[in-house]
Amino acid sequence: MRDVAVVGFAQRQMPEFDGSPTCVELLVPLFEECYEQTGWTRHDVGFWCSGSSDYLAGRSFSFVQAVDAIGVIPPVNESHVEMDLAWAMYEAWVKIQTGEVDTALVYAFGKSSAGVLRRTLALQLEPYTMTPLWPDTVSLAGLQARAGMDAGLWDERAMAEVVDRSLRDAEANEYAVRKGGSSVEELLARPMYADPLRKHDCAPVTDGAAALVLAAGDKAREVRERPAWLTGASTYVDAMTMSRDLTVSESARRCAAALDLGGVDTAELHAPFSHQELVLRREAGLGEDVRINPSGGALASNPMFSAGGIRVGEAARRIWAGESDKALAHATSGPALQQNFMCTLEGTI
Amino acid sequence: MSRTLSAPVTVAFDYTRSTGPVLGRFLTGLRDGVVVAGRTSDGQVVVPPPEYDPVTHAALEDFVEVSSEGTVTSWTWVPEPVKHQPFDRPFAFALVTLDGATRPLLHALDVASPDEVSTGMRVRIRWAEERVGAITDIACFEPSDSPAPDPAAPLVAPAGAVDPVTGIVVPVSLDYTYAASPEESAFYRGLAEGRILGQRCPTCGKVYVPPRAACPSDGTPTAEEVELSQTGTVTTFCIVNVPFLGQRITPPYVSAYVLLDGADIAFLHLILDCPADEVRMGMRVKAVWKPREEWGTTIENISHFAPTGDPDADFDTYKHHL
Repeated sequence: MRDVAVVGFAQRQMPEFDGSPTCVELLVPLFEECYEQTGWTRHDVGFWCSGSSDYLAGRSFSFVQAVDAIGVIPPVNESHVEMDLAWAMYEAWVKIQTGEVDTALVYAFGKSSAGVLRRTLALQLEPYTMTPLWPDTVSLAGLQARAGMDAGLWDERAMAEVVDRSLRDAEANEYAVRKGGSSVEELLARPMYADPLRKHDCAPVTDGAAALVLAAGDKAREVRERPAWLTGASTYVDAMTMSRDLTVSESARRCAAALDLGGVDTAELHAPFSHQELVLRREAGLGEDVRINPSGGALASNPMFSAGGIRVGEAARRIWAGESDKALAHATSGPALQQNFMCTLEGTI
Repeated sequence: MSRTLSAPVTVAFDYTRSTGPVLGRFLTGLRDGVVVAGRTSDGQVVVPPPEYDPVTHAALEDFVEVSSEGTVTSWTWVPEPVKHQPFDRPFAFALVTLDGATRPLLHALDVASPDEVSTGMRVRIRWAEERVGAITDIACFEPSDSPAPDPAAPLVAPAGAVDPVTGIVVPVSLDYTYAASPEESAFYRGLAEGRILGQRCPTCGKVYVPPRAACPSDGTPTAEEVELSQTGTVTTFCIVNVPFLGQRITPPYVSAYVLLDGADIAFLHLILDCPADEVRMGMRVKAVWKPREEWGTTIENISHFAPTGDPDADFDTYKHHL
């Protein structure tokens, strides 16, 4: 296997982007930041891969227009996934492993606010017996939260503790769209929204974009004194049906089991609902000594298609800075933690 | 004035799907007022039946009939229903394990407040008045007084289906507020003043109309505004002979790429005021605008392009724009 590291990361997150859902306007400055961080031009990027969805944009082939932000003369080696940035990164990691390229820039974008996000996401469900009922994302997460509460696996206080810590940590994150800790008691005193969920248990609807830069071997060492080496990556999915046991995430457990998590000191977990962090911590077997979501996580901002990859970027940033020696980054997609991706990043190999 | 223009857009499509034998059996049951479950190799009785066994991966063939009554195993309140959900007033989504099944089914539960729902409560199916072979043949669940049967009734295979369901139609429509980029917004605002605006790339000098946020050749953001001529050259075209839904002009008519003088990219518009078979590559054309009082921030301000009568452009002037 080739040694591959994350060497660049840029992000933009906002409650409402006043611009086209093709997001070219957001991507151009993100790429500029990546070029500044690496000292590269676009000609130094061997492979490009984007993550986005036409259902979010409300138009066809939105990812094609986004390619304008790259500039394609001479032609570029380019791909697209209708998945989160983390999976676009996974494709790029595989591409680099093939030896065809040494570097990659992956990006993702989405204007969640253009439609009713929790409704639009019903189109990712099983189309015969689920989509016709239009089960919204918040409701599906609520069913999962209650199942765990009824089983005695977590309670509303444990969920409020996740929220309180996340929103406190988000104060130091300039991109967080929701931030500011209060107290567990104050959070619990707020009204129910989608019982058993309060509004702060649900990630805020967020527009945004993000980019990650990958490089192999010496190319990575040229960019960073301490690259964030990708020492493991895994992805699994569960069946789509809501009749599975929602209190566990079999796919997340398999992701964790495929990695060496010994020595992980920091974890960036993509949990758009507070109880999902509790599920993920259990499935990954993370102890009390692991720093969870120092960025504030998805409860502070959750731009569709980039929030998972942002977890990788936030973890990588801490490796570059020497704040972490080994970090776990996680991304999720689908209803109630149905699809999961995990990777480990390390400062030394 | 806001930075960008926006407009409501609804994207709609009726998805027509074949059901296959397993979901077809389930939906046929619903049409006939019976809930058909699947028994998997690990002894679970699952509604809706999975198409393949989750352990052996064999096609599922063991169908059993389960009750239309059951027990709530989880629920969530829906305070602000979204369009096309089973109710347009607050309701609950619930996971209900029907008597005889071991895994729950997702559907709506008709209660007036979250105080009326609890895990473990007994519910029954309220069938839709008209049943067609769709998950919506179950209108919802409603509270029930009857206790769980003890002992559980033995599971029996469903009766053979007559005229089985083989397909469904799922209408999908999504509402958006679609915003133009700042560059596109400038273009549309220009049209409202009778002008055609493009932008020039500072790196390669190419002029794009409509303007884009970045030059697709080199990725450079574009900024310099350029007002373009209203006269141009037909680079390529097609004669539309086929009628389609929403067509506004009677065929045959010509749809063409027009390269405006001073632009480096052609844009699509109609060529009218001459017989379709006289339109040709290199033909010189000019914009014909609608009456000013009909103008808005739209490309439709330009009714069409019409021949100028000038000699055709030399092929070399547009050969790089084909």
